[in-house]
Amino acid sequence: MMPVNYYLFLSLTLFCIGIVGVLTRRNAIIIFMCIELMLNAVNILLVAFSKMQHLAAVAANPASAAGTEAQLFVFFIMVVAAAEVTVGLAIIVMMYRNIHSVDINFLNRLKH
Amino acid sequence: MSKLIYLVPLFPLLGFLLNGLGRKYLSKTVVSVVGSGVILASFIVSLLIFLEVKEPGFTPQIISLFDFIHVAKLNIAFAFQVDQLSSLFLLIITGVGFLIHLYSSAYMKDETEPHFARYFAYLNLFVFSMLLLVLGANYVIMFIGWEGVGLCSYLLIGYWFKNDEYNKAAKKAFVMNRIGDLGFLLGIFWMISQFGSTDFSTVFAGAAETPVKILTGITLLLFIGAMGKSAQIPLYTWLPDAMAGPTPVSALIHAATMVTAGIYMVARSNIMYTLSPVTQTIVAITGLATALFAATIALKQNDIKKVLAYSTVSQLGYMFLALGVGAYTGAVFHVMTHAFFKALLFLGAGSVIHAMHHEQDIRNMGGLKKYLPITHITFLLGCLAIAGIPPLSGFFSKDEILTASFLKSPAYYILGVLGALMTAFYMFRLYAMTFLGKFRGTHDQEHHLHESPAAITIPLIVLAILSVAGGWIGIPDVLMKGGHRLEHFLAPVFAASTALKTEAHELSHTMEYLMMFGVAAIILVVIGLAWNRFSRYEKTSAQETGIGKVLENKWYVDELYDAVISKPLLWLSAFLKNFDKIFIDGIVNGAGKLVQYSSRQLRLVQSGQVGSYILIMVTATILLFIIQFFWKS
Repeated sequence: MMPVNYYLFLSLTLFCIGIVGVLTRRNAIIIFMCIELMLNAVNILLVAFSKMQHLAAVAANPASAAGTEAQLFVFFIMVVAAAEVTVGLAIIVMMYRNIHSVDINFLNRLKH
Repeated sequence: MSKLIYLVPLFPLLGFLLNGLGRKYLSKTVVSVVGSGVILASFIVSLLIFLEVKEPGFTPQIISLFDFIHVAKLNIAFAFQVDQLSSLFLLIITGVGFLIHLYSSAYMKDETEPHFARYFAYLNLFVFSMLLLVLGANYVIMFIGWEGVGLCSYLLIGYWFKNDEYNKAAKKAFVMNRIGDLGFLLGIFWMISQFGSTDFSTVFAGAAETPVKILTGITLLLFIGAMGKSAQIPLYTWLPDAMAGPTPVSALIHAATMVTAGIYMVARSNIMYTLSPVTQTIVAITGLATALFAATIALKQNDIKKVLAYSTVSQLGYMFLALGVGAYTGAVFHVMTHAFFKALLFLGAGSVIHAMHHEQDIRNMGGLKKYLPITHITFLLGCLAIAGIPPLSGFFSKDEILTASFLKSPAYYILGVLGALMTAFYMFRLYAMTFLGKFRGTHDQEHHLHESPAAITIPLIVLAILSVAGGWIGIPDVLMKGGHRLEHFLAPVFAASTALKTEAHELSHTMEYLMMFGVAAIILVVIGLAWNRFSRYEKTSAQETGIGKVLENKWYVDELYDAVISKPLLWLSAFLKNFDKIFIDGIVNGAGKLVQYSSRQLRLVQSGQVGSYILIMVTATILLFIIQFFWKS
């Protein structure tokens, strides 16, 4: 059984990579991927904590099912994220069709 | 008959509505017949009522038409009071008013039709308001009429509204009257809080048990109202300026309506004034001061109407002197005789102005005697009457006032006689410069001189007869036992005041004869002087100097008021205007400008760079976390 700290560090690293990617890259697809990365960092965190809670509860009472709700949450998040990905990709496709680029610096048309 | 009292004010009101609403459709003939006819109808009803009131054993009647104001314990009915005083005033108002309406139909015939009808509508409304004023059985109804005459005087003085000067005169009259009205209104409020009612009967019955201080306060406030309406110092300046209106209007304001309102009000409230000696003294002194002051101004005026206007102010001063010394009958008597001769003089002046094609400067007249015989004779009778030559009406009324003031204090008497002498002097200066000597106008004017039509001369003749004979109802006892029929007639109205009169000393008959005819003799001498001096008047270009210049400029009172009251007020208003413009508007506009400026700056944040948006978002999120974790507790 790995300590929960490892999961935390992994999740934190992934999240930071995501943030840095979002902030520094200009390619819409990369930014999109970074957002997914952040989302999944949170998912890992949720599953890790859930497992920790559940083990603690089972140790006290073997029949207990406490602490498993977060794992259900993760499935929901994945479903919603899948839907979101389709919308996001569709927007990027439309963007490419219109301005022949996926560089977000060209997305300032509304200003003019 | 007194049940039909409501007809008296109703007729002029109908005339006002008919002429006012139909002014675009009615011909001048119809308008003048309606306008004069309604006043004649009122006069007939008034006459019938007067005959009923005159019967011995008549008791004052209050005819309540409907509830006007009914709040908690305060109940003000729309009620008319028929008694000796109001019936006498009804006769004066409708009688003289009718003659003035008749005169107007000829005098104003050059006006276009809608304006002619407008004129008559105003005139009828004026008479209606005045009737309401004298008929009201409580101070509130009186106040409605009081305001009504103020409004109508404004409308009529500014009748020729295309002339800016006339509009200013109208405005002046209105504002001056408002100052007085405020006093009157406060007096009514105090009365309500003291007596819980404004009915004459309740108030007068309660007056005897009221502390003198409160009565003095109420009566002084009411007197301020009378000062405004009856043109006393210091609120008199509007009346001479009111000459801007058509001449018959001046006659109406000066003789039948408006300025007598103050006298009527004080005479009606006589018991309250009698119970308050302080107010009486103030009334007497104000009256006397006005009488003398206005008379001195009249000595040097050159406008035919201005002389008459100041003469009215002066005569009103006499009436207040009479009220102040407790000679209420004398005051009402003088109101009556003054209504006759002042209407006559104004209408005569109108006839002269008509003949001279709107020339009003007496320096350009002279010698009109042979061109305007009827006007001349009637005007002369009017002058003799106002000067107080026996046996014309002015003699009796003025003598009564002077005798009463002598009983109060010889100083009043001497000053009063001085005023009477000045009256004689300026009236005959006016007469001599207008009618005697040789004509001083242009050749063109001389060519067109003509006697006025019958509608103008008939009122003059009627008024001349009244001016001569009007005084015979008030012959003092010393000349004819029981000759003072007016006093007997009015006795019930002033009964309460008469009962309170303490000084009972009578003058000896010799003294009374001496005063009466001594004064008349001096007046005759003064008339002779004026006649002699001004019948040979020649036009000179020499300017008046010294005191003459001050008098010609009316003691610079208008300038004084201008400097002391109008100018500072204008400065204040200019200051407030700037304060408003700079400070108040600054705050309002500044708030708008601030929002506009800050939003223009905020707009720059929306650069359209998605990267910067994300950066802000992440920074803000991190910031929120930091606050959440480290700042919380």
